Amino acid sequence: MSTEDAVLFQRGDEVRVKEDFPNHHHRTPWFVKGKSGRITDLCGAFPNPETRAYGGTGLPMQPLYRVEFKQSDLWEGESANSSDKLLMDIYQNWLEPA
Amino acid sequence: MPAVHDRGGWPNDEPIDRTEHEHAYWEKSTHALLGAIGELRMIVTDELRRGIESLPADEYEKLSYYEKWSASIEKLLVEKNVLTEEEIDAKVREML
Repeated sequence: MSTEDAVLFQRGDEVRVKEDFPNHHHRTPWFVKGKSGRITDLCGAFPNPETRAYGGTGLPMQPLYRVEFKQSDLWEGESANSSDKLLMDIYQNWLEPA
Repeated sequence: MPAVHDRGGWPNDEPIDRTEHEHAYWEKSTHALLGAIGELRMIVTDELRRGIESLPADEYEKLSYYEKWSASIEKLLVEKNVLTEEEIDAKVREML
């Protein structure tokens, strides 16, 4: 069994966060699910927290990406007028091409 | 509705509480306990988080930060057959 999943995305890619709501432990917060952003960095690969949380080895390790979102895409109200960005580290299994 | 631990973006008009506070001795001990358990490879951070996130919502809201750690560590040590609930309860009774 390979120890690390292949890296699928690169810096600059437009990605969308999957809109899943599994009951098991996962690291993606609700407020970016279904939202689109841009990959700014590859953070490396790490043991998969979703299986490690239940006693698994966490293999194959999962690539982790820093994704940049526009705050105006994430929130309504005052933040909708903001030019600010939000940076979040998200695991590869949560991302698909936008 | 997001799960109880998934707090980012929850509506809240209250100002951020910026007060500093010292940790009680038992809280430092809890942190050290997790460190020792981690050295023994008995519990990893992901399991601790899963244990905390699976607390019933009303318990999650009631317990302080290290009380949540403690509840999770207890749940995991029982799950992994390191201790039984009876052993833990007996020790608590002994200490009271």
